[in-house]
Amino acid sequence: MNFSYIILIPLIPLVVFLLLGIFNQRIKPAVSGYVGVLGLLTSTLLSFYTAYQYFFVYGKANGVYQTFVEKTVWMNFTETLAIDMGVLVDPISVMMLIVVSIVSLMVHIYSRGYMKGDDGYTKFFAFLSLFSFSMYGLVLATNLFQIYIFWELVGVSSYLLIGYYYTKPSAVSAAKKAFIVTRFADLGFLIGILIVGYYTGTYDFEMLNNPEGNAILNWASTSFMGLSVLTWALILIFIGGAGKSAMFPLHIWLPDAMEGPTPVSALIHAATMVVAGVFLVARLFPMYYFVENGFALNIVAYVGAFSALFAAIIAVTQTDIKRVLAFSTMSQLGYMMLALGVSGYDGHEGLGYMASMFHLFAHAMFKALLFLCAGSVIHAVHSNYLKDMGGLRKYMPITNITFLIAALAIAGVPPFAGFFSKDEILVAAFEHNKLIYFVGVFVAGLTAFYMFRIYFGIFWGKETKYEHKPHESPISMTFPLMVLALLSIVGGFIPFSKFVTADKAGFEAHLNYPLAAVAVGVGLLGIGLAWAFYKNENNLADKMVNFFGPFYKWTSDKFYFDEIYLFITKKILFNRVSAPIAKFDKKYVDGTMVGIGNKTVWTSEKIKSLQSGKVQDYAFAFIAGVVVLVLVFIYMWTN
Amino acid sequence: MELSSFLSMRHEILLLAITLLVLIGEIFIPENKKHSIVHMAIFLFGIHTITGFLPTVETSLFGGMFRTNGMIHFFKNVLNIGVFILLLQSADWLQEKVMVQNKGTEFFILLFSSLLGMYFMISSGDFLMFYLGLELSTLPVAALAAYETTNRKSSEAGIKLILSSALASGVSLFGISMLYATSGSIYFNDIIEMITSTDLTILGMILFFAGLAFKISLVPFHFWTADVYEGAPISIASYLSVISKGAAVFILMILLFTVMKPLMHVWENMIYVIAVLTMFIGNLFALRQQNMKRFLAFSSIAQAGFILLGLIAGNQLGTATIVYFVLIYIFSNLAAFGVVQAISLQTGKENIKDYEGLYRTNPNLSLVMMLALFSLAGIPPVAGFFGKFFLFTAAASEGYYLLVFLAVVNVTISLYYYLIVVRAMFLRKSDNPIPFFKNKVYMRLGLLITVIGILVLGLYSPLYDYIYNLSGIFN
Repeated sequence: MNFSYIILIPLIPLVVFLLLGIFNQRIKPAVSGYVGVLGLLTSTLLSFYTAYQYFFVYGKANGVYQTFVEKTVWMNFTETLAIDMGVLVDPISVMMLIVVSIVSLMVHIYSRGYMKGDDGYTKFFAFLSLFSFSMYGLVLATNLFQIYIFWELVGVSSYLLIGYYYTKPSAVSAAKKAFIVTRFADLGFLIGILIVGYYTGTYDFEMLNNPEGNAILNWASTSFMGLSVLTWALILIFIGGAGKSAMFPLHIWLPDAMEGPTPVSALIHAATMVVAGVFLVARLFPMYYFVENGFALNIVAYVGAFSALFAAIIAVTQTDIKRVLAFSTMSQLGYMMLALGVSGYDGHEGLGYMASMFHLFAHAMFKALLFLCAGSVIHAVHSNYLKDMGGLRKYMPITNITFLIAALAIAGVPPFAGFFSKDEILVAAFEHNKLIYFVGVFVAGLTAFYMFRIYFGIFWGKETKYEHKPHESPISMTFPLMVLALLSIVGGFIPFSKFVTADKAGFEAHLNYPLAAVAVGVGLLGIGLAWAFYKNENNLADKMVNFFGPFYKWTSDKFYFDEIYLFITKKILFNRVSAPIAKFDKKYVDGTMVGIGNKTVWTSEKIKSLQSGKVQDYAFAFIAGVVVLVLVFIYMWTN
Repeated sequence: MELSSFLSMRHEILLLAITLLVLIGEIFIPENKKHSIVHMAIFLFGIHTITGFLPTVETSLFGGMFRTNGMIHFFKNVLNIGVFILLLQSADWLQEKVMVQNKGTEFFILLFSSLLGMYFMISSGDFLMFYLGLELSTLPVAALAAYETTNRKSSEAGIKLILSSALASGVSLFGISMLYATSGSIYFNDIIEMITSTDLTILGMILFFAGLAFKISLVPFHFWTADVYEGAPISIASYLSVISKGAAVFILMILLFTVMKPLMHVWENMIYVIAVLTMFIGNLFALRQQNMKRFLAFSSIAQAGFILLGLIAGNQLGTATIVYFVLIYIFSNLAAFGVVQAISLQTGKENIKDYEGLYRTNPNLSLVMMLALFSLAGIPPVAGFFGKFFLFTAAASEGYYLLVFLAVVNVTISLYYYLIVVRAMFLRKSDNPIPFFKNKVYMRLGLLITVIGILVLGLYSPLYDYIYNLSGIFN
């Protein structure tokens, strides 16, 4: 099967971006909205066509899903080491195509309503298309360098979209923060890529991931500080992934990124870009698993589990609904990471891998839905804070129902999507690492609690006095909500273990009833507590705050991580390290350069008279030049 | 000789036919419809450019006087593209300024004759054909440089060019005669076998080299450049800096890499010295220029110095990088000259100072100019970066690290003066900026092609591989 037409899937958004970008001022906003949606609709249809062709028609040979690659060499270094450009079709890339397409299309449609009347309407759609292009390119990349290029491109589009309201200082600083933190992590990624290239001689995913290939078998060739270099490289690559996926301690940019327009948060900071880190680990999973018996995977597992717990605790105390969702995203990304970390490779052993991808898929649907609902609410009450909301169920019935579905899904209540994926994750953790399993169960309870805390806070509880009577959002905004809600209900019934597995062969996954019962029980407990605290107005919540005392304060201040980072960067790095270097740079480096510059200009002034304008002088110089060359090369410089 | 072998001369034959058609047009087209000659010439040349890309075979005609192969063929196509862009950019000038004096036809006839000379020069298989081509390519340009007969500077440019080039071809011919004296033949293939490293051959080679160095404007044979560029019509300055220089570089490369390979131990040192001199002198003079045309003249001298880095490598990589660089250089420099042409035609302004505040009034032109200058300076990701990068790689692959270092120093200097222009356009404010104007279709098309070239060529790697594969012929 020839999958080369897939190149169109990223190219169409790129063309849309260029069109909207170049003719920015000359396009009517209404038109640009349609162009954006149509472009993405085409890509979406192509993605679905690809998925059908791949999963059901051509993909399988001898019971194993094949990898199809179409690529051209872009830049050659040595016989084997080259940077290629191309598309790679395998189960996870096709799955990601579907995820990116659905969410991006829904967000495009939603934005037509949400951004209506905004000055930068066309610009907004141009950026969305740029992002879609970059994200498609990322998931289809055939090698480490190509993924890195698109990795940075999604970073740039994220930067542009977070800072979309660039007249707001907080948005600008949030955009910068996101860019700098992820760039910092990407430095690790880049070094990791270079190490991989140097020691294995290839960037190609197929070569790197081949369990019998040289890249993996020769891992022991060199060791550095007790670990093989490839393990170090994988850890560095994971740092890059942790930066994008907001893993502890590189998570500080994600809550601030909520300064961007809400559709952007749904698309980039909930469903697609932030899962790039998870996708990266999954993409290199055989390498992670086989190199040094999966040492690097342990790090992935523990970082993921800790991030899940850490973020869930913070989420309980936040009052800005988008920040609750942001920490919730971080927590769920931690789930995906820990699932990858505890996964094996063959058959049912690879349950964690499958569960991680499953959860990625399900989470993309219900988290995008939660954000879009939040956007709908914010659209109605013009505030992000819980205190300005309450009792909205009467005014916004569709948003209420869809939000409830999403909250049930994320809380892991059957039969919604989150139940199945979360259950598989917990089973995988239970079979490999009991500590991580208990963390996972506890986080499941917390998740249910904080999610229903904001659900009851927004739609029930005390009714705030609204200046304008809130009303349901227009159809362009509620339609995506309904589509995503539907997917959050039925998504769990997709037999993922047939399609997306570590060894690509597929296996039979069954519900583990005792473990499922525990998870559901914990989830219902969380919901029950939230019901008791927040459904009707009462002082239980305040009592709890008093009970926890300073711990509550730490948590609501996000354990002071921003302050710690500021202290390290401002006080220590800037004052003790950067300032002296800057001084040295200004005095000596610049001084030398300025000196050379002045000297250059001086010389140029001195030789000005050579160009006299007289043709006889030119002829003289010509002849003299010939004579000098002859003298030098015949009589002096003879070798 | 068979009739079919004329097919390998189709560049020459077609161009000659076009020249004759234009001449016939001049005779039969009535006075009031003379404007259509410009359209006709551009149309015909466009077809010629496209047909040039049909594949060809390696042949040798007229007893070895004329030869062609894939690389030579490709290079003729490169020249064609350059001339085509140049014609597009000159069309408005021709229609508004030249046609009214009723001498547009001569422009095409002279220009095409010169191009024909270049075809013969780079296809030559012996020194006679080479010399005829060289002269045919130079003499019409001298007439073109003096084309604006009402402008004294233009006449001065013509005189300076004809005097200097007479001297240069004289010296070159003298050198050729010495090579003939030592080897007993003027055919390249014979000379390759006969040539030995004696004082007389070295003398001959240096004299011959000086003649071509004049065309490439290498220091110290470069003095005519700035004066001629400044005085000549912009199209002609552009032609001299891009097409003429490119063709001369190409034939010099062929001769050094094949015929004079046994003298490599001499010419590699000579090129080393001249490369350093050319880069530094060109850049230092460019720093001080106020006039855009003089500025571009010195910038093009410095660029020629960079080209020598590929020449000194003396291998397949060198050949490939030179051709690749020249191709990119054609697009970049034509973009810069095109903007200068457009502005000069509309306002008559040619100084860097006049460009202040251009971005506010003519953003598109400023962007084209910026891209062109970035490409000339070698800022990634535009094509010029890749051109320079590969040249430096070629020199470094042969161990010329010091030379590469000096070249990098020169890139830094050049960055300064290229950015002066960018700063003038984007950051400076002016009380009297160039007013907004709209370019005609031809000019826009001409600029568009250059911009596409600048943006795409560097990233489109199969092109480089293609050139690299062709380059094996000369090594």
